[in-house]
Amino acid sequence: MGVAENGAESGAESGAETGAPVVDSPEGRMGTEGRFLNVFSHGVLILWALMVTLPLLWAVMSALKDDKSIFTSPWALPTSLHFDNWSRAWSQAHMSEYFFNSVVVVAGSLFGTMLLGSMAAYVLARFEFPGNRFVYYLFVGGMSFPVILALVPLFFVMKNMQLLDTYHGLILVYIAYSLPFTIFFLSGFFRTLPSSVAEAALIDGASHTRTFFQVMLPMAKPGLISVGIFNFLGQWNQYLLPAVLNVGDEDKKLLPQGLVALAVSQGYKGDWSGLFAGLVIAMLPVLAAYIVFQRQVQAGLTAGALK
Amino acid sequence: MQHGKYRFIVGFLAVPLVIYAVFVISPFLQAIYYSFTDWTGLSPDFKMVGVGNYRKMFADDVFWKSVGHNVLLLLVLPLVTLGLGLFFAFMLNVGGRRRKNAAVAGVRGSGFYKVVYFFPQVLSIAIVALLFQFAYNPNSGALNSFLSAVGLDSVQPNWLGDPDLALWCVMAVMVWSNVGFYVVLFSAGMSSIPKDFYEAALLDGANRIQTFFRITLPLLWDTVQTGWVYMGIMALDGFAVVQIMTVGPGGPDYSTEVLAYFLYTKAFRDGQAGYATTLGVALLIVTMIFAGIVMKLGRRERLEF
Repeated sequence: MGVAENGAESGAESGAETGAPVVDSPEGRMGTEGRFLNVFSHGVLILWALMVTLPLLWAVMSALKDDKSIFTSPWALPTSLHFDNWSRAWSQAHMSEYFFNSVVVVAGSLFGTMLLGSMAAYVLARFEFPGNRFVYYLFVGGMSFPVILALVPLFFVMKNMQLLDTYHGLILVYIAYSLPFTIFFLSGFFRTLPSSVAEAALIDGASHTRTFFQVMLPMAKPGLISVGIFNFLGQWNQYLLPAVLNVGDEDKKLLPQGLVALAVSQGYKGDWSGLFAGLVIAMLPVLAAYIVFQRQVQAGLTAGALK
Repeated sequence: MQHGKYRFIVGFLAVPLVIYAVFVISPFLQAIYYSFTDWTGLSPDFKMVGVGNYRKMFADDVFWKSVGHNVLLLLVLPLVTLGLGLFFAFMLNVGGRRRKNAAVAGVRGSGFYKVVYFFPQVLSIAIVALLFQFAYNPNSGALNSFLSAVGLDSVQPNWLGDPDLALWCVMAVMVWSNVGFYVVLFSAGMSSIPKDFYEAALLDGANRIQTFFRITLPLLWDTVQTGWVYMGIMALDGFAVVQIMTVGPGGPDYSTEVLAYFLYTKAFRDGQAGYATTLGVALLIVTMIFAGIVMKLGRRERLEF
């Protein structure tokens, strides 16, 4: 598990060309089959690539049109570029506020998740104490329960603690629901790290806390990056929790939630171009970041499923 | 030393454990308790009603309708999504033109395909659901205007407004957004299968379909099984897609109602918090039955390579 192995796998991928020489079987048969298969596979692969990209391109195109041509010619290229849709969505339709709210909440919750998750994972992975396994399975078991079951009582827990519709309340909830996977993944990672370095640090007189922050945490960097990306995307894209726990002020909404609210209100106003612009504003930064860090993102998101 | 160690353990575990207990464990336990009460959620008063909520649930037509939809999702979604994922991953890894020294080769540009296929995975499900709500719009949506553009003016389905079609539209969106994840996942698994296996099989005269079923799939089985569980949990949810995309409460004539959304409306619209948690418990039981079945059916001898 973990990034080291993912690296090895992508290595194996590029190693395909240097495989051992093969004693040739009847060249003609294999050759034709190979060529046919090659055309076929490119065909179906391109087809799916189009099915993925066309809806996204359609949204970007619509975001650059005026309302009328969205309806009359949905697939035509925009005749003139209406970037005013974007500024309208950004300022008048609150997208900037939603964006900022999401940044605040996710920054807080991501930091908290990584800090608390790595601390708990480290202790559970490397220290023997009574109840260790119990606590570990208590955390990890949380991965398999449907969140929606907890949602109704959670709403009232938050209400009683006056945490509803607050950023710090959301941050705490995001942290709590990210801990199971974070602890599962990182404790597996900490277990693979050599203990000699930590022992040397302890002998040199460093405290357990100092050993953790200055020695072990830097060594766990690849694992932290994977799980960090996983948590960032999960929290940035989170819809269910804010949809229930953050329903107070209009301008306190988070990005995905705000966008849905926008769809309802702009739908009444008939400002479709502004709505598409809002959608694209929400969509593009994540896609751009993904394209830049594609290898890390793919590794981070699939890390949990690869054992 | 010993004293320091325990102080350290407590110091590191206390905060995460408290947060987890307050916001995850306690709501779960409370949910089970509330499922036996007539709590409205609006006032603090409630009384125990025993299995009353459960009785009500079993007599509730909408409940059975949503269970039916969830079960349909559970059967169709993993099959289609994982099937497409395996198919594309196989094409990426062995569909390439034969090169000089290798029996199997990945297609050219496999990295590009994987990047594109993964797009929906990084987007919020809310964005995806909205996008397709627009695309399905019968008058101005991308789909119907595409159909007219290719001359199919007579075929203009009502998509999400058509009770017979709405649930399939929802499923298509869930497939669309998840296939890429499994392509990347299976592709990583496939590229770690030693090439000699393929070479030996091809030398023995196996064609590619046989190599897929005899070599690739068995060696990938563990990953497929994990994917099955993930996809199943997704099929048992479906809240965001249904809430955002479909019209009215749970589609026309409850045609896209799923347990998660039904629970949400009961708790936060109808003031039946107690009954809603009962539905949650039912959802938990369905989830556990599903996980048990997958684990039992999927158990095979683990192949080491």
